[in-house]
Amino acid sequence: MIEWVTEPLSHGTTLRALVEIILIGSVSGVVGCWVVLYEISYSAESLAHGLFPGLVAAALLGLPLLLGGAAGIIVTALLIAAVARYASDHADTAVAVVVTSLFGFGVLLALSPGTPPGIQELLFGDLLGVTDRELFAAAAIAAVVLAVLWLSHDRLMAIGFDSGSGRSLGLRPGAVSALLLTLVAATILVGVQSLGNLLVAATVIAPAAAARLLTHRFAPMVLLSVGIAIGAGVAGLYVSYYAKTAAGASVAGCLVLAYVGCAAISALARRAPRPHDGFRAAAGPVSRAARSPKLDPS
Amino acid sequence: MRSADPKIDRGEPAVNAAHTTLGYGGRPALDGLEFQLPRGCRVGVLGPNGGGKTTLFRALLGEITPLAGRLDVAVRAATVAQTDRSRLDYPVSALDVATMGSLARLPWWKRPGRKERARARASLAEVGMEQHARTGFGDLSGGQRQRVLIARALTTEAELLLLDEPFTGLDTSNEQRLERLIDELGAAGRTVMIATHEVEQARRWDLVLCLNHTQVAYGEPREALTRPVLEATYGEHIVEIPGEPELGVLPAHHHDEESPASEARSLP
Repeated sequence: MIEWVTEPLSHGTTLRALVEIILIGSVSGVVGCWVVLYEISYSAESLAHGLFPGLVAAALLGLPLLLGGAAGIIVTALLIAAVARYASDHADTAVAVVVTSLFGFGVLLALSPGTPPGIQELLFGDLLGVTDRELFAAAAIAAVVLAVLWLSHDRLMAIGFDSGSGRSLGLRPGAVSALLLTLVAATILVGVQSLGNLLVAATVIAPAAAARLLTHRFAPMVLLSVGIAIGAGVAGLYVSYYAKTAAGASVAGCLVLAYVGCAAISALARRAPRPHDGFRAAAGPVSRAARSPKLDPS
Repeated sequence: MRSADPKIDRGEPAVNAAHTTLGYGGRPALDGLEFQLPRGCRVGVLGPNGGGKTTLFRALLGEITPLAGRLDVAVRAATVAQTDRSRLDYPVSALDVATMGSLARLPWWKRPGRKERARARASLAEVGMEQHARTGFGDLSGGQRQRVLIARALTTEAELLLLDEPFTGLDTSNEQRLERLIDELGAAGRTVMIATHEVEQARRWDLVLCLNHTQVAYGEPREALTRPVLEATYGEHIVEIPGEPELGVLPAHHHDEESPASEARSLP
């Protein structure tokens, strides 16, 4: 049994992949909680898909993928901000048009004649191909993201709770929301090389959404989310190793399974007698009317 | 139609409006503001939905600047939003919410610590909610949530509290409790402005300010709340009280209309 666990780790590639998945899980598990609380899952996924042309361009030009991804995210964010400004009544549609256009442009680049092989890895990731240098870069970004999140925790909480009163608390709701989106973008950058453009959003959204089903308190939600992200990530890695399936897809599949499992537990808890408040609140559905604003662009 | 300045005089006014016009993007939404608000008074702000109550509150908070005239606010102001504008599904306790008020005085790189939590606890005690400090905000009753939001405003050390239709959705006992709290806040020297549709309630406070895109009246309720003033403020919404031809009340359905707060709220 122990051999079954240790055998994959005897390979340098798998060991690096394990470290990478723990790094991704640590940061996306925390950031994902804010994404779920602010109800910006769609924005997070849009950012992930919108950066695709940047990745392809970097691959074609021989530049670091991290650089291309960062440039892609900046262009995506600027375009989304621009269309949201001029089509404020149809912001969701405008974002969809921008993201689909960017993604289509990226695919066009990727499939054009003369494109070197391996570009498809940008779509689905290459978890087993992570280098030491990429690991260090991912660790540095993850550390900065977690530090900024810790520092801005109370402000994020205040704006997410009641953005309308933010200014009377000396806060700028728009700036706080923009900070969160920047942190989401940085988190996507951490994971995009190894999990791919199409799958990286799963590591941000699924663990936190699953944790949200089990608890209504923030600290336990973060711990659960990080635990699910790392646990499902490691499980996906082993599935990939032994079943010889694509690593990124295996991780995403395990994340979805974890979510389904948490949803089942939550449903069972709703039917069972309620022992105490902490669990009840999470299990009980909250009406749409009880919720309020998402991101405040003001 | 404007009544004379109030007789209450407790030193330097908390707010001084002189020939003030407020609006958005250069377009006036509320003009003719002319009043001095003494410290420690309770002021009912009456007006129809979209009549300018929220615009005035935003200007008092410094979110918008006057298009014309002056609006001097000598004290720190804080808003107390309607409880249904805050999220009931959010993972915060009453103490967490009250502590949010301390962010107004902290530099961006500092997080609230023990001192700020102690101040927040004191605010909760001031509104009679200390024993619910650890309770989740969404698990509190409407009246309790309103008091927690007032505690958050108190933690900012605001001396001017702007309550946006605080009685909406409260039952009678919670309504009476909140009225007592407003009285206590006034007695403690805080100026409290309450946006409301309850004309009869406003009669019990020190002053009233009637708005309908312009200042219709300002003064002590018994002088300011005449039938012509209420008609100018609310138009056809006024119904007469039998035997009291000079007074008027609003029909109950007025509360069901969309609030100006929600009109002014920025959307995601």
